[in-house]
Amino acid sequence: MSGALLAVLRRDLVLALRQRGDVLNVLMFFVVVVTMVPLGVGPEINVLRTIGAGVVWVAALLASIVSLPRLFAQDHADGALEQMLLSGQPATIIVIGKVLSHWLVTGAPITLAAIPIAVMFDLRFEPGCTLIAALALGTPALSLIGAVGAALTLGLRGGGVLVTLLVLPLTVPILIFGAGAVDATAGGLSAAPNLLLLAGLSLGSAALAPWAIATALRISLE
Amino acid sequence: MLEATALSCTRGERCLFSGLGLELRAGQCLHVAGNNGAGKTSLLRILAGLLSPTEGTVRWKGADITRAREEFGADLTFVGHLNGVKDDLSALENLRFAAALRGGDASAAAGLAALERLGLADHADVVVRHLSQGQKRRVALARLCARESAALWILDEPFNALDSGAVATLYGLIERQLAAGGMVLLTAHQSIQLPEGTRRLELTGSSPDENAADPDDATAGVSA
Repeated sequence: MSGALLAVLRRDLVLALRQRGDVLNVLMFFVVVVTMVPLGVGPEINVLRTIGAGVVWVAALLASIVSLPRLFAQDHADGALEQMLLSGQPATIIVIGKVLSHWLVTGAPITLAAIPIAVMFDLRFEPGCTLIAALALGTPALSLIGAVGAALTLGLRGGGVLVTLLVLPLTVPILIFGAGAVDATAGGLSAAPNLLLLAGLSLGSAALAPWAIATALRISLE
Repeated sequence: MLEATALSCTRGERCLFSGLGLELRAGQCLHVAGNNGAGKTSLLRILAGLLSPTEGTVRWKGADITRAREEFGADLTFVGHLNGVKDDLSALENLRFAAALRGGDASAAAGLAALERLGLADHADVVVRHLSQGQKRRVALARLCARESAALWILDEPFNALDSGAVATLYGLIERQLAAGGMVLLTAHQSIQLPEGTRRLELTGSSPDENAADPDDATAGVSA
């Protein structure tokens, strides 16, 4: 069983390495969206410091939505998905492998890219660290919840817009607690409650989402 | 033993077949025939558990396949219309992944042996994107040699895009599978000479009323 998980993980990472452009596009999208904001609202440093965390979180949400078609669409189109579901391995294990590799090539790089961006928005050391911690704890939930939407809209016409409408409202709590953690630190309060809630959201979706994704994939294959 | 009872399938408004029953035992081969749109692929996907029938059940070794997906999947090799090989991996990497996923022998040697049977040994390290349609099909079919233990093969148009040499190889593989007590279920358009004793199931794609009136009709086709 863990062999199957590792096999899927390895395969998806090798594929991501061979399709580097797709992966880099998502990261570039994140960076470009974030850098557009100071150009729009002006260089007033106090304003940027206040909105920094929120902007990074919104950009991270959008970037993770943009990356969702990568998750299942190719495997669906070339028949690899049906082969995986017929492999005699639990579908949830395969799904966990795919979502984990998706997080490693989207959520993890976004978290790292947020370090220079925190400096760009003049976040001080502590709020900056909180932002990185919040992203590390919250982006797994983004990948998991996004994967449910991607699986549900697989093979549909106009699935791209639909998945945005389905997934974005569900990610509102992540946005609120993620940005809230940074605001709390900046205001001299403890970020722990917000960070714990983010971790809880990620763990909760890790427990429930794989079943939903596996079921949605079976329905999409019909 | 694969056993289907009272299967019916409706796609959109159209009833493709109803009251269809079939039975496949060790060493048997079943050729599903019919015109375009008669429901051959739908039937194969139902029997593989990818599509749920409108009515009826499919049983493998006595257990409903929707309840025993993992046991059924472990015994099954399915080659569908889509090859299920990744364009960005080499032929060998594709086979090794398929084996690793199933917990089988994922060594390079086993993969190479399978590719050699299909005449692709020289192309083992070529990224599949650069192979021809027929060669891609062969990579998909190489899974059959890599997993000779699979009791049931479900092959949807396996002879498509293959040259005469590969057709002969596949024919040999099917014969070996049957001799070893395996089961083969396939569709084929061309007038392929299938092993002796192959039964034929003709899907007529007739209207739902006719089928409903005479539910044994489809089954009779099998035993003929």
